[in-house]
Amino acid sequence: MTMNLSVRIGTLELSNPVMTASGTFGYGEEYAEFVDLNRLGAIVVKGLSLQPKEGNPPPRIVETASGMLNAIGLQNIGIERFISEKIPFLRTYDTKVIVNFFGDSVEEYAAAAERLSQAEGIHALEMNISCPNKQAGWCIFGTDPRVTAEVVGAVRKVTRLPLIVKLSPNVTDISLLAKVAVDAGADALSVINTLTGMSIDIRTRRPRLANRTGGLSGPAIKPVAVRMVYEVFKAVKVPIIGMGGIMSGEDAIEFMLAGAAAVAVGTANFVNPSATTDILDDIISYMENEGISDINDLKGAAHAD
Amino acid sequence: MIEVNRGRDPLLKRAFSLFRKSGNDLQILYRIRGRGTELLGVMKEGTCIDMIGPLGNRYPVPMNDSSTPIIIAGGIGIASVYPLVEQLAGRALVFYGARTKDDLLMLDEVRAMAREIHVSTDDGSTGQKGTIADSLVSFLSGIKSEDSGCRIYACGPNPLLKAVSNISVQHRIRAFVSMEEHMACGVGACLGCVVKTKGGYVRVCKEGPVLDASEIIW
Repeated sequence: MTMNLSVRIGTLELSNPVMTASGTFGYGEEYAEFVDLNRLGAIVVKGLSLQPKEGNPPPRIVETASGMLNAIGLQNIGIERFISEKIPFLRTYDTKVIVNFFGDSVEEYAAAAERLSQAEGIHALEMNISCPNKQAGWCIFGTDPRVTAEVVGAVRKVTRLPLIVKLSPNVTDISLLAKVAVDAGADALSVINTLTGMSIDIRTRRPRLANRTGGLSGPAIKPVAVRMVYEVFKAVKVPIIGMGGIMSGEDAIEFMLAGAAAVAVGTANFVNPSATTDILDDIISYMENEGISDINDLKGAAHAD
Repeated sequence: MIEVNRGRDPLLKRAFSLFRKSGNDLQILYRIRGRGTELLGVMKEGTCIDMIGPLGNRYPVPMNDSSTPIIIAGGIGIASVYPLVEQLAGRALVFYGARTKDDLLMLDEVRAMAREIHVSTDDGSTGQKGTIADSLVSFLSGIKSEDSGCRIYACGPNPLLKAVSNISVQHRIRAFVSMEEHMACGVGACLGCVVKTKGGYVRVCKEGPVLDASEIIW
């Protein structure tokens, strides 16, 4: 049986729907000895900013029931070093490179997007407007519809690369923010970022993370993420990249049935360094067993009456 | 990084140092302290588990080293330095301490391999009553450490490593400490296990776990 695994994210064609989630796969090279990077639909690299960021003090992570909280604080090497030191390595692989980026102001977002758009070897941009670990006030980029429209619009003006906007689940109505992002120029949406959470040590009576709160990821958040993909699929026409606790091929299929065109594997990489390609193999076996010849036939199938 | 159960709770692998190797067998030595080690403790013989490694660096013992190695182990920290004591057969000065006599695992084996051993316990149930840091200070004040070319290698709880670091600076001895931090991936991707150094945050899993004590900002 011939099988089509390729999917489209706007004008970007991926050889298969399995991508990495930003912040869980470094700049790709960290996993090169565990995974054949050529087999990935796309690598989404750790979030970048114009200037390098030091990140938060430790402890930065804590394990919770079927998941983990992180408050890394967007530590990164900065866009210039990424372009000179990491892109040459990534370009030796036959995969798509998607750069996740953020800024501290509308102007910084636009400047970052502009700089990244000038570099060779970047196939798409993913805008992080939803990190739960930034200082108070920053979250308005992903939670206040007027600011979301302004920042996405400003980035849209300076780049012709496919623009993916990563949405925050820490809102009352995610489909509203999805519509706003699409109206402002997003070509695709990543759904979802981590859920803000907290864990307290009952012996010391203090939050376990130095940052006090962090982003919850892992299997614990999967039902929330699936529900949000389902809602966003109903609200907008652009492709959705589904993510949130995907550990297996079955999980990935569930997201596609809810409406995802592609999926991103995050925390699972920490548990099993070859999770991405194991999940791809699982998807292929599922399609063989179910007699599905085109992966795109799964997209949104759960919406049928 | 070693899997402690097949389910998803707990989710993450646990980091252990390689304790001993014989033929194709790898041994880890651990104390039951949390859920992960509890599950390891009840695991049936013959159970298959995932593991990735070896990861990170090792204690930097120079080739053709003529310096006197001082090896410090606090409690279960012995698991990390044990192969070093073995490798330096008969040369190492070992400072080994724990809360009580019962917490001093592998004491006879270590004693047999060390040139000299200083044992201490918090409750005085065996060896010197007090901390390893106390024993180390009284030992070093008796020798001219600047001239002796000592190097310290240490593993144990953070307060001990901090004390050892301070002592090493005072006595102008190079010290290398094996650090512990909460760890998710073990391969340098998640940036969860960082320690602050003079050069910024470094990853315990990748640049460590053994770090130059004089670089660490405690």
